[in-house]
Amino acid sequence: MSTPVLDMRGIVKLYGTKPVLRGVDVAVQKHTVVALIGASGSGKSTLLKTANLLERINDGQIFLSGTDISDPKVEADAVRARIGVVFQHYNLFPHLSVLDNVTLALRKVHGVHKATAAERGLALLDRIGLAENATSFPDRLSGGQQQRVAIARAVATDPELLLLDEITSALDPQLVGEVLDLVTELKTAGSTILMATHEIGFARRVADRVVFLKDGLVVEEGPPSQVLDAPQHEATRDFLSRVMR
Amino acid sequence: MPTDRSGEGAGLYGLPPTSQLELDRRSVRRRQTTRSILVSLVSTVVFAVVMWVVLVNSPGWEVTRETFFSPEYFAAAVPLVWDGLLLNIRVLAFAVVGVAIFATVLASLRSLRGPVFFPLRFLASAYTDLFRGMPFLIVLYLIGFGIPALGLTDQIIPVELLGGVALVLTYSSYVAEVLRAGIEAVHPSQRLAARSLGLSHYSSLRLVVLPQAVRKVTPALMNDFVSMQKDVGLISVLGAVDAVRQAQIQVASTYNYTAYIVAGLMFVAFSWPFIRFTDWLTARQQAREQIGGLV
Repeated sequence: MSTPVLDMRGIVKLYGTKPVLRGVDVAVQKHTVVALIGASGSGKSTLLKTANLLERINDGQIFLSGTDISDPKVEADAVRARIGVVFQHYNLFPHLSVLDNVTLALRKVHGVHKATAAERGLALLDRIGLAENATSFPDRLSGGQQQRVAIARAVATDPELLLLDEITSALDPQLVGEVLDLVTELKTAGSTILMATHEIGFARRVADRVVFLKDGLVVEEGPPSQVLDAPQHEATRDFLSRVMR
Repeated sequence: MPTDRSGEGAGLYGLPPTSQLELDRRSVRRRQTTRSILVSLVSTVVFAVVMWVVLVNSPGWEVTRETFFSPEYFAAAVPLVWDGLLLNIRVLAFAVVGVAIFATVLASLRSLRGPVFFPLRFLASAYTDLFRGMPFLIVLYLIGFGIPALGLTDQIIPVELLGGVALVLTYSSYVAEVLRAGIEAVHPSQRLAARSLGLSHYSSLRLVVLPQAVRKVTPALMNDFVSMQKDVGLISVLGAVDAVRQAQIQVASTYNYTAYIVAGLMFVAFSWPFIRFTDWLTARQQAREQIGGLV
């Protein structure tokens, strides 16, 4: 097997004295989607935050395309520039137009010329069907539109890895579809994605592997057909029966 | 933009005719508006008339009018005080730029995290504590008389420069605190999102946090600006002939106080456009970036 895009080994994370991750191993191969499932507080979001160095791990190692990014000598900003993140609450920049939100990293981190960046940004907005909102400000858009812009912002720089942190949890049910369709499209286009999600049905459709976390540990992992449809562990069955009803 | 349908005929845009209920509500609202306008108008007029009557019937009114509101002295004082005001404007322009830079640096230092930056944070907060506590007049004396006393240069340092430096030192400490409050009011998730894009600490501060912080504290910043604009007048204690000093000279040589009124009005006239401009700017930004409503 080739080098995984993301390889997290034995990740430990404590908040104060409270262990949130207790030795988690997760690997994401190129062009695959890995879904993290688990109850609130199981450590999904924390794991994503440690993956792009927004949180410092207390033990373990993280490799991004073979490079140890948990090495303190690594330039964290440069690592983050290679990873796209989409947050639960969009976190768009309210003082910038939709287009400027999408092109900010291109212009200010990757040094792409303003006109070129705008061209690429508009093409991207066109793809997500929001080209006519390019000059609008984020607060004028619906939740689903904002989240699609946030996804566009995350993929504008062609990141090696995309981290999606429960990106539909803050959306109305009828808006969830448009966002998930976009993720499916990204997968088809070859993106490498690690996502925390509560949408079990969606995980089954797009994920190549599913990882079930409980109390900061991986309880079960494997293809969706196994973890979701034929769970081996009592805890997984218990969780699935509650989220799927 | 939401379509405003108030006051238009029924049945437009393919909608059913406006209901009687809505029409009644509109007329109630119109009556409410008319009534509040009338109440405020009448109370304002009554207040003005009462003030005027009290003023005109006070025993010393004739003398007061002659000493403070004399048209001849007013006309004579305007060009002289205006000359002085030009100095105020020059010092103010210098001080505004100085404060903007220095206060932003101070606020940024205070918002640094991590134990490595403790000395910088400590120095910045010690500075703001010191200069916010110290009366401006004392800073003015210390800088205005202390710096020349050091004899660093053979040339005479212009007092307006010394006064400008004193203004920058004092007002930067106020403005830095206002900016810091603004920086802290920007939700941490904004910083997370900025850093996740690969922006450095400095870039996310400059491109994401500060622009939002400044928007949040614009009224407070304007407050400091107007206050500073008035305190420029204090540099007259160093001997600079500004608008206040010019007025003082006039008063001293004519025994008529009208020149002070002239100076006061000029300060007000000078600050007014700035105040209105920021109000307009803030309103426009809000209309553009936020979703409004009735409340």
